[in-house]
Amino acid sequence: MKTLIQGGEVVLLDGVEKLDILIEDGKIVKLAKTVKANPDYVVIDAKGKTVIPGIIDMHVHLREPGFEGKEDIESGSKAAVAGGVTQVCCMPNTSPVCDNAVVVKYIKARQQEVNLCKINPIGAITKGENGEALADIGKMAQAGAVAISDDGKSVMNSLIMRLGMEYASGFGLKCLCHCEDINLVDGGVVNEGKNSTLTGLKGSPRAAEDIMIARDISLAESLGVPVHICHVSTYSGVDIIRAAKKRGVKVTAETCPHYFILTDDIITDFDTFTKVNPPVREEKDRKAIIKGLKDGTLDCIVTDHAPHSQKDKEVEYNLAAFGMSGIETSFALSYTYLVKSGIININELMKLMSYNPAKTLNLEGGEIKEGGVADLAIVDLNEAYTIDSSEFLSKGKNTPFNGFEVYGKVCATLVDGEVKYSQQ
Amino acid sequence: MLKSKDLLGLRDITAEEITLILDTAEEMKQAVKSGKKSFDLLKGKTLVTLFYENSTRTRSSFELAGKYLGATEINISASSSSVQKGETLIDTGKTLQALATDFIAIRHPMGGAPALLAKTVGCSVLNGGDGMNEHPTQALLDMLSIREEFGTLKGLKVAILGDIKHSRVAKSNLFGLKKMGAEVWVYAPKTLIPKGFDELGAHIATSREQCVDGANAVMGLRIQLERQSGGLFPSLSEYSRFYGVNDEVMKHADKKAIVVHPGPVNRGVELTPKLIDGATSRIEDQVTSGLAVRMAALKLLSEYREAHA
Repeated sequence: MKTLIQGGEVVLLDGVEKLDILIEDGKIVKLAKTVKANPDYVVIDAKGKTVIPGIIDMHVHLREPGFEGKEDIESGSKAAVAGGVTQVCCMPNTSPVCDNAVVVKYIKARQQEVNLCKINPIGAITKGENGEALADIGKMAQAGAVAISDDGKSVMNSLIMRLGMEYASGFGLKCLCHCEDINLVDGGVVNEGKNSTLTGLKGSPRAAEDIMIARDISLAESLGVPVHICHVSTYSGVDIIRAAKKRGVKVTAETCPHYFILTDDIITDFDTFTKVNPPVREEKDRKAIIKGLKDGTLDCIVTDHAPHSQKDKEVEYNLAAFGMSGIETSFALSYTYLVKSGIININELMKLMSYNPAKTLNLEGGEIKEGGVADLAIVDLNEAYTIDSSEFLSKGKNTPFNGFEVYGKVCATLVDGEVKYSQQ
Repeated sequence: MLKSKDLLGLRDITAEEITLILDTAEEMKQAVKSGKKSFDLLKGKTLVTLFYENSTRTRSSFELAGKYLGATEINISASSSSVQKGETLIDTGKTLQALATDFIAIRHPMGGAPALLAKTVGCSVLNGGDGMNEHPTQALLDMLSIREEFGTLKGLKVAILGDIKHSRVAKSNLFGLKKMGAEVWVYAPKTLIPKGFDELGAHIATSREQCVDGANAVMGLRIQLERQSGGLFPSLSEYSRFYGVNDEVMKHADKKAIVVHPGPVNRGVELTPKLIDGATSRIEDQVTSGLAVRMAALKLLSEYREAHA
């Protein structure tokens, strides 16, 4: 079967061109000004729309196995394709923890059943994420894990972290570091600063993140292995990464829309949808993150999609779960606040959301080219819409972006050339 | 008339509302002091005190305020641990609402809990202290005692010494006093000053003497023993030597300065026993102010409810 996407503005690695895209057997076989449609082609009209490479969100929580009340692989996958995301990497803090080949294989099997977006499991660094003994990293790699991570709970013991990075490098796996000095955080739930004092909510200092960013970079540098820093939220963390890149350390880093759009001014009404880890910080952080995205210090935009059920959030701020449901809004938010506002262009945005994540984890896709995989999304950049989480396909309705007016509605998403989402 | 059904904090209310509460409280205080303890203002209304933290002063003050005004009054105690398990705050609130409660005075170890409750129920919620957020009736009673002394709050300097970081009292006082035109100076070990307190409008002193210099009111805040075990300062004796308030320090204050403290006091730590029991102390008077402020708040919220019924 052949599929023809006609008349769309196609976002290439460099530049945007009005091109037709012919797809066969899941691959892009032809990119040309005009491709003549045969009667047996499935034709998708993309006139007035923009075709982007499928988003690769390398930091999500699908919650399955164990926390299906918050999300499961099916609902998370539906949400992903509704957000133009064709490929995700899911974090290991499930129950049981993804610290062995069985859980990796389970996730892969569920992906086959659900068959929407591609799902790449990430293994835990240590057994049970307890920071003590290395998990079965080799067996997980063999089963299909694409990286290891301590997401959600830093490995506080630097020796164990070093061993994890070193051992995983033998299987070509990178460590995705959740940087949080747990002792220094000391139960903090928001950024430490004026607004933590204003609300009396316990603050978590930037230093708690920065120390661990510096530690993990230092470990990787001394070992000569590549390393990836998760969800950077501080201006000072951006500086640490920039300096490391400058001296040649193989470090990549990611941030999330909430860190370059929001500041901790949103916490002052105790709205638990604003509770996230690391916390949203201050204007100077937000600006530094944008600068980091612009100058290449930060390589990837991810969501840290963290769906939660109503009961996890409709409680006192201190008791509420950390995290935001973000996978359905990341493109529109990023497009609106980075491209529409004139900070970067759409090519640069798609590098951050697609090409660089693919390169960082050695995944397929990430660009639209002849011979490439047909993981694509068709988006409408012209018409504004209002974010309404009651329409989310994710079980997690927990977003601080409700009511935000954005551009970049996802009209359709194709994975391996098959339409997996199409706007109602 | 107040502008909200609840009294959650002094951050979001106006100087006019504060003045209204203080004026009403002053009348209440005079009445109580002259022996009048029976009013019909809250007849047929129900007040529930819902305390998730131990309290003697605030709770009995709310309780008697309700009773003196003629309300039906019950107490619910929940241990802090039951916050984590058992019924959620929202469900407890809904239950109390279904029992036809009009007023809930809540104390809770977590900041924002009264706001969450207020959002959930139609009852009027009075914040009796939430985590490190606010303790509005305490600040109002401090302001009442100070205002009575000087006739106004405008232009006064109030010095607060003690555990500022964990103190909802310091915060509510800062918000309230600033709105009323007073200056707030604080002094404490660096580890007990919260980040950005100056950005909220406080002056952070570099010495005890600077903090107290020319002050009209000097407030000590309780130092909790667990702060020492948490490593925030080395010992109580070191605390009192460098941060305690004594006669020597008070010499720097205004000649007519008064000493206040939200209680309970650690004698000889925040303040010397001589100051606590001395002529400048208003610590006992503050207790009566507290009763009056809570009576005033209940009365005014009740008027709001009638106007918006």
